[in-house]
Amino acid sequence: MADKFDIEQVRKDFPILDQQVNGAPLVYFDNAATTQKPQMVIDALNHYYTRDNANIHRGLHTLAERATTGYELTRKKLKDFLNAESTDQIIFTSGTTAGINLVAQTYGRANFSKGDVILVSNLEHHSNIVPWQMIAEEKGAEVQVIPVDEAGVLDVKAYVELLDTNRVKFVAVNHVSNAIGTINPISYIIEQAHRVGAKVLIDGAQSVAHFEIDVQALDIDFLAFSAHKLFGPTGVGVLYGKRTLLEAMPPYQGGGEMIKEVSFAGTTYNELPYKFEAGTPNIADVYAFGFALDYLKSLPKNAVWEQEKALLDYATEQLMQIDGLRIVGQAPEKIAVVSFVIDGVHPQDIGVLLDKFGVAIRTGHHCAQPLMARYELVGTCRASFAFYNTKSEIDLFVKALKRTITMLS
Amino acid sequence: MATINETQDELIEEFGLFEDWADKYEYLIDLGKKLSPMNEAFKTEENVIKGCQSKVWLHAEKHGDHIVFFADSEAIIVKGMISMLIRVLSNHTPAEIMQADLYFIDQIGMAQHLAQTRSNGLVAMVKQMKNYAVAFNAMA
Ligand SMILES: Cc1ncc(COP(=O)(O)O)c(C=O)c1O
Repeated sequence: MADKFDIEQVRKDFPILDQQVNGAPLVYFDNAATTQKPQMVIDALNHYYTRDNANIHRGLHTLAERATTGYELTRKKLKDFLNAESTDQIIFTSGTTAGINLVAQTYGRANFSKGDVILVSNLEHHSNIVPWQMIAEEKGAEVQVIPVDEAGVLDVKAYVELLDTNRVKFVAVNHVSNAIGTINPISYIIEQAHRVGAKVLIDGAQSVAHFEIDVQALDIDFLAFSAHKLFGPTGVGVLYGKRTLLEAMPPYQGGGEMIKEVSFAGTTYNELPYKFEAGTPNIADVYAFGFALDYLKSLPKNAVWEQEKALLDYATEQLMQIDGLRIVGQAPEKIAVVSFVIDGVHPQDIGVLLDKFGVAIRTGHHCAQPLMARYELVGTCRASFAFYNTKSEIDLFVKALKRTITMLS
Repeated sequence: MATINETQDELIEEFGLFEDWADKYEYLIDLGKKLSPMNEAFKTEENVIKGCQSKVWLHAEKHGDHIVFFADSEAIIVKGMISMLIRVLSNHTPAEIMQADLYFIDQIGMAQHLAQTRSNGLVAMVKQMKNYAVAFNAMA
């Protein structure tokens, strides 16, 4: 572990950052959509396909052995990363969305019945809403919503009331809102849900890149997240679950890898975690993902959080000075995301012009239409930072934004 | 009345005068601002083309043997694009519109706005303009 955070070196570790876009230096502020990858991850992918590629778990030959070891090593790293009880509880999926659907279609199908209530929050990404609506419809259960206040903070009082006045079977909330950055009090949310016997899925898509999560300390039932938002490759996700829950759940998809024995008289299923990993998985990307976790571990403790906090404070302060700009989501507990709107200007126009200045932000509803509806907005502009971003990039962004506003008004 | 291609060539010439992207976009934004306002009565659910980020409304009428288009958007750059599409395609016969090859978009360096297929509804709008031409042609 390095003892000092060296931003120059860190930026060099992410080769994509060093380029010109539309004739200007790239300012990448769309980290909530996906993060960039350190050289170690890129090299690992290259190494895998150059030296180790084989199908895993079945082959007896050396390459199969290497590929299997590499794949399983990432599982081991994730067990440590999350402080999970065992590697059996780390299931590889294709992303957050796939993990949530897996839980809805297996746990939900086996446990929800008519009149049950599933709680989601008004802050959710569509992928933590729609899978619950689908299974609720099938089972005659009902999805209810935990409200959010003007600042973007979850109304915990209303949450407790919902728990006490309904037959709540399940609570699905994000740890951090992708659209406005709010950090939810998941420890309290979980504790209260457990008080009434409900299980909880935490959508960790937006939190894992910013701070550590200890699944045991938080008593998390299910946690889903995506590697690509954690400096790893696309196409890999992680689903953590409590052992008793995962063991009781029926399998999701049928196929190879997930079986013990197949006959036409009946099939027995493999043990955890393979029961939920049907077919050849995304071996190369899982392998390379492990190197993203190594990279994070190599950074000085707290450096990520401190750097991002400094960027958030600086960006907020700079943006507030712009006439007609309003920040959407001002929760006291926030990650380094600033969502904003500008009077009389459509977010899409801002996004198009900022791109011309080399600045990449996200505009639109951020796959959180119910939250946009809550604020009566068509969308926002969202700048989301990672530890490899700098204050001078924020200066470039603010300067470009001012020019953009002038051009549009 | 200029042909569709003559209008396209005019636009290419106009955009050719600009030195950098900012001037081009300022002109486009200006076109957007000057787009004749669309009658609110035409902004119906039927006339809306939903992009992922912004909406476009499109209405067409047959005036004699020509089609006249009316359109609007929530986003100003899209409105600028709409203004040019109307200038090129409006007031032409269904057959002319059906056969039109919109090469000007690429040549003025604005292809990006039609490549963002889902975000702004422009691709669907061009398609819809052609659909109107097909429909009016069939009725004639
Ligand atoms: C909070 C949240 N949940 C879920 C997702 C979906 O993640 P993925 O598309 O990687 O499955 C995202 C991604 O934008 C997100 O931000």
